[in-house]
Amino acid sequence: MDAFTTHTGVGVPLRRSNVDTDQIIPAVYLKRVTRTGFEDGLFAAWRNDPDFVLNDPTYATGSVLVAGPDFGTGSSREHAVWALQNHGFRVVISSRFADIFRGNSGKAGLLAAQVDEKVVQRLWDWLDDNPGGEITVDLESRTVRAGYGEDAVEDSFDIDDYTRWRLLQGLDDIGITLGHDDAITDFEATRPSWKPVTL
Amino acid sequence: MGKTLSEKVWDEHVVRSAAGEPDLLFIDLHLIHEVTSPQAFDGLRLANRTVRRPDLTLATEDHNVPTVDWDKPIADPVSRTQVETLRKNAADFGVRLHPLGDVEQGIVHVVGPQLGLTQPGMTIVCGDSHTSTHGAFGAIAFGIGTSEVEHVLATQTLTQARPKTMAVTVNGSLPEGVTAKDLVLTLITHTGTGGGQGYIVEYRGQAIEELSMEGRMTVCNMSIEWGAKAGLIAPDQTTFDYIEGKPEAPKGADWDAAVAHWKTLRTDDDAVFDREIELDASTMSPFVTWGTNPGQGAPLGASVPSPDDFDEPNDKVATEKALQYMGLEAGTPLREVKVDTVFVGSCTNGRIEDLRLAASILEGRRVAADTRLLVVPGSVRVRLQAEAEGLDQVFLAAGAEWRGAGCSMCLGMNPDQLAPGERSASTSNRNFEGRQGKGGRTHLVSVPVAAATAVRGTLSSPADLQEV
Repeated sequence: MDAFTTHTGVGVPLRRSNVDTDQIIPAVYLKRVTRTGFEDGLFAAWRNDPDFVLNDPTYATGSVLVAGPDFGTGSSREHAVWALQNHGFRVVISSRFADIFRGNSGKAGLLAAQVDEKVVQRLWDWLDDNPGGEITVDLESRTVRAGYGEDAVEDSFDIDDYTRWRLLQGLDDIGITLGHDDAITDFEATRPSWKPVTL
Repeated sequence: MGKTLSEKVWDEHVVRSAAGEPDLLFIDLHLIHEVTSPQAFDGLRLANRTVRRPDLTLATEDHNVPTVDWDKPIADPVSRTQVETLRKNAADFGVRLHPLGDVEQGIVHVVGPQLGLTQPGMTIVCGDSHTSTHGAFGAIAFGIGTSEVEHVLATQTLTQARPKTMAVTVNGSLPEGVTAKDLVLTLITHTGTGGGQGYIVEYRGQAIEELSMEGRMTVCNMSIEWGAKAGLIAPDQTTFDYIEGKPEAPKGADWDAAVAHWKTLRTDDDAVFDREIELDASTMSPFVTWGTNPGQGAPLGASVPSPDDFDEPNDKVATEKALQYMGLEAGTPLREVKVDTVFVGSCTNGRIEDLRLAASILEGRRVAADTRLLVVPGSVRVRLQAEAEGLDQVFLAAGAEWRGAGCSMCLGMNPDQLAPGERSASTSNRNFEGRQGKGGRTHLVSVPVAAATAVRGTLSSPADLQEV
């Protein structure tokens, strides 16, 4: 996984709450056996609407999605994270993320930045005034910033310390755990004999 | 201070804990299916890693599989590739697989319990959010993404921050004809889709204790629909009776040792939950959804709400968008909503008890003329059991379609899908836009409501049916 320190990119306002993972990528697009190519399914149903934000050329290079609360609810499909990344998104900003989506983002290297609901509203308003404007997300200082001077929006975001550390270092989770191989082996020796096995 | 049930199970599985880091948790059972595993196995190959514990891993095929012609090759080449990839991965890495055509094939969350692999006090994960189903046995069970599937394959552990604890106490008894599904749909509308976020929830109280294992699985299954990390229920005699004699259940002295331990898996009297919710089961009634998330529901006797009924601006907008998508007018009595297709099945309501309940309502009745009823058993074992009891004949005589085992119309990934604009009453778990097929409109319902709706052609409960 590539390290993530700071990112500046075009902000995309997605003015919806409860964006479930079936909306991010419908099940019919989940049949690939690779981690790439899922951008074709990203928000597939909504993209039929000519007014949908991603159909606006202003946001064609968007990489910071700003969404309403309860983003990523529903299915555990990590394909939702891959579809966002395959399209070019590096960051999703929301006031509340579903647990599994947040976990998947951390593992795959997409930054899920949780901010106060008022900050989402201010970023939406700022993007209305500055379509195609860029948002900077700094993981080191845990801040989001859009614009300069009086109209600037600047605030902190929440992310748990461990995920932040892993993203900053670009570390492979499995490699870290395999460093504790002895502890796993010791634990296995203590498991009761009546626990079920499949083979 | 004592411990809650989930804290006891969690603590029994901590391999390593360190300040400022998530716990490293041992996983007792890892369930696998074709959709969320191929990239994980690929990752193992790239890093020259093996599956650490194939003996704690089980795979089956469910999401992609057709429910007709299951003895023929899968027609959709992309689905077929995904299923064939699972078969190759299982063979290469030594994982037990129950493929299409095998007597133990079925929805992964139906297969685990019926094999007796799902037992109290375990940690169970799967790359599927409805893994919470297994919490009905007093296990900590939750869905994971593909990166975590790879992590479990390689290490048999997961790094997990300890969730907060919540108790949902459901006092009193459910009235006649009101089911576990109505109970959990009522709860989700009460809490909203994010209400459980960050919590492992213990369901308790008289109404929960009175549920069968099938009913408990229905409740725990939908924990994820209100955002909970996992949902679980303390094991009791109902649990032990269900497990005893299952193929992979402990036997002899192992059984006695297991039950002795399982009996300790109860929340201590002096334990404290981070949050508590209380509900009264005796006031509950058949409950259905009208919107596009599982928190947008109402009693069947109510009418479609108006955006003006909500105070929060987000709720107003969400309601307006939902009614538009669903093609519903505010103020329409829900009982007057006409349904095209009824789906009985899924990991929420596709077990034998569900099919018995559906058959008891359909016996001697006919599905309405322009309504289609699909009955899909959750596993091959459920199908065979239903056929041995003659339930398939009841369904066929009523004019229903009797299918093979799989996820079917729950998720619009296999051939069983709604057409654009088609409206369903579905015993599954999600009413998201397009969930059952692009443009499809889903009302989540209980099994009795599904069966009665199939007969009348509009959302109905058995009380609305004429005597036969």
